[in-house]
Amino acid sequence: MRARRWSVAAGALGLVLMASACGDGGDGGGGEQVEVFSWWTGGGEEAGLNALIEQYEEDNPDVEFVNAAVAGGSGTNAQAVLEGRLQSQDPPDSFQGHAGAELQDYIEAGYLAPLDDFFDEQGLHDALPDQLVEQITYDGSVYSVPVNIHRSNVMWSNPTVLEEAGVDAPPETLDELLEALEAVSEETDAIPMAVGAQWTVSHLLESVLLGSLGPEGYNELWEPGASWDTPEVADALGTFEEIMEYTQEESAAEDWQEAARRVSDGEAAFNIMGDWAAGYFDELGALPGEDYDWSASPGTDGTYMWLSDSFTLPEGAPNEEAAMTWLELVASQEGQDTFNPLKGSIPAREDADPARYADSPYLESTLEEWQSGPELAGSFWHGVTVGNRWKNDIDTAVGLYLGDGDTEALNAALNEAAQSE
Amino acid sequence: MSNSHNPSGVAHRDPGRTTAPARPNRFRRALNRARTWLPGLLLVSPSILLIGVFVYGMIGWNTRLALSDKHAPVQDGDFVGLVNFVALWQEARWPAAVGNAIVFTVVFVGGALFMGWLLGLLLDKGVRGEAVFRTLFLAPMAVSFIATGVVWRWLMNPAPAERATGLNALFVHFNLDFLVNDWWTAPDLGMAAMALPAIWQLAGYIMALFLAGFRGVPEDLREAARVDGCSEWGVYRHVVMPQLRPVLLSAIIILGHMSLKVFDLIIAIAGQQIIADVPAVYMWAMVFEVRDPAKGATIASYLLFAVAVFVIPYLVWTVRKERSEGR
Repeated sequence: MRARRWSVAAGALGLVLMASACGDGGDGGGGEQVEVFSWWTGGGEEAGLNALIEQYEEDNPDVEFVNAAVAGGSGTNAQAVLEGRLQSQDPPDSFQGHAGAELQDYIEAGYLAPLDDFFDEQGLHDALPDQLVEQITYDGSVYSVPVNIHRSNVMWSNPTVLEEAGVDAPPETLDELLEALEAVSEETDAIPMAVGAQWTVSHLLESVLLGSLGPEGYNELWEPGASWDTPEVADALGTFEEIMEYTQEESAAEDWQEAARRVSDGEAAFNIMGDWAAGYFDELGALPGEDYDWSASPGTDGTYMWLSDSFTLPEGAPNEEAAMTWLELVASQEGQDTFNPLKGSIPAREDADPARYADSPYLESTLEEWQSGPELAGSFWHGVTVGNRWKNDIDTAVGLYLGDGDTEALNAALNEAAQSE
Repeated sequence: MSNSHNPSGVAHRDPGRTTAPARPNRFRRALNRARTWLPGLLLVSPSILLIGVFVYGMIGWNTRLALSDKHAPVQDGDFVGLVNFVALWQEARWPAAVGNAIVFTVVFVGGALFMGWLLGLLLDKGVRGEAVFRTLFLAPMAVSFIATGVVWRWLMNPAPAERATGLNALFVHFNLDFLVNDWWTAPDLGMAAMALPAIWQLAGYIMALFLAGFRGVPEDLREAARVDGCSEWGVYRHVVMPQLRPVLLSAIIILGHMSLKVFDLIIAIAGQQIIADVPAVYMWAMVFEVRDPAKGATIASYLLFAVAVFVIPYLVWTVRKERSEGR
């Protein structure tokens, strides 16, 4: 029985090998195609990507566009597939990645070609904020083209709950936030601060760190060898611990959508989550200003904690020329303004046309803020400031903290993670 | 293939005895002998080859990785001995994951065995519509762990009484508020709750094993015991149960190895969270997120070792039994 199963498997394997051999032959012969790898397979992301593809095919009628998108797990599945392709030297012509340190592993492995000349040719140094380019530069070179910007430090609040608690306006500092949380827990039945599963707590931590340390202090944390064993960090973690006392008990069983929905449904007063929540509120039919409101997370006004999807040029891309035209499209104002209103994010370029974002009150206001030149801080959870190993160490430390509530151990673990980089 | 020529090769190397008339005879005899084993060997050789490469070869490759310091895909990795195996125990995450796996395994294996045995016993005693019950109890086997997890994630929602949903809401509805609990999010024994869906899913299968076992005990033996004045419980306790030891052993091995490598159920219910961390989830994070081949391989080695603790005694026992039965 087993032997038969194996021979069937062997036969299948043979067929697969034959098929892939044929496939390779076809690819090499044609040459007129571009394969773009991403994890945009649903919702606004897919709509945005499709609009870009349409634009690309219109501009380059001779080139066949191959959409190699892999679904699932906000990119984790795609990254596992991509890793295999890169290791077996079968890279796509361009692939999606979070801009910043998350690409570090690929760069160190020599999988990515530097794009410095491309940045010069396309005038991206002028079009993108200086601080953004600085924060995605690795060893003096840039390796990816940011197509959009999401903001991580947004606090969503429910106006009705705040009114009931006697909180006049969303708190602007962490101390005010603690007072507001106290007021909500005493005056109302609502959850003061909604969080979800472990990763959303890591997300909350980055906003608290930024709010407590300020952009400069926060950005210094990610310098090589920076110490986390400081009174400032301990202080920030103390605030973090106090905020965590106002979160709901069942948070571990919820993801970010449930935590965000609690705010728009009036079950919770506050939730700190990235600005993709705005698109989710739209889906729910919640009304801005009525069911939910937003502000910079406390203590971070004037600072944009950003994350960005970007496209790369892999070393040894089979159709480099076509890949460059793809990068040109995603780097252009036209391309970014086509993609972002659909995706629910704003362009990384500063010269976007605000009229195209007027449908969404959130996007309109956040674009205005982006174009006014805010301070920039990279999100660690979304791979801007730390590579995968460091990020995982931080997440593990946060997870252990959620189990034992030991802030000192959390601080020590965070420091160790920073030192071992 | 080359084996078939071997006998004649031996004959050449033995010049003293190689006399011309003897050769065809010997050759024919060797050929006849080969006829008995060669087709069998040819038939299983693809299997041996594929298992050799894709199972044992990969285990060897994995062990080599685990003994190296290849902590990034691009490093070459030198042999470092058992460093990785020791280092795991010095961190906070690994012992917690192992503890979770142990709690899960004990509750899952114990719970599924008990429930399966109980259901099997009840069916063996004879109920009307046995076939219907058998199908009902077996049905969860057809569901994947992912689907089970999604449903139980909702059932085991840990929200307190005022916001309760799922089973907690049921408890509140029947004024059983003291039963409202944290389920799998409880800090210490949360993994015991995590085992409930697994018990639900596998108890029917264990029931089928036990039921077959019960039915395998000849009615004569039971009759004899009853004639000797044994109570109905005594019949089970002293006559039927001792004969079910092989079934029990198979059940423990099947459940045990499933339990140690549990991954999909955890991911469906909790996702990647330290509170529900188990070695398989940890390994996945190390290999596919952190991209640390050596550490991932080390965890995989521990998993293989843990499963081997269950499987090897079973294999030894099977081989011994087959021998004693003269097969």
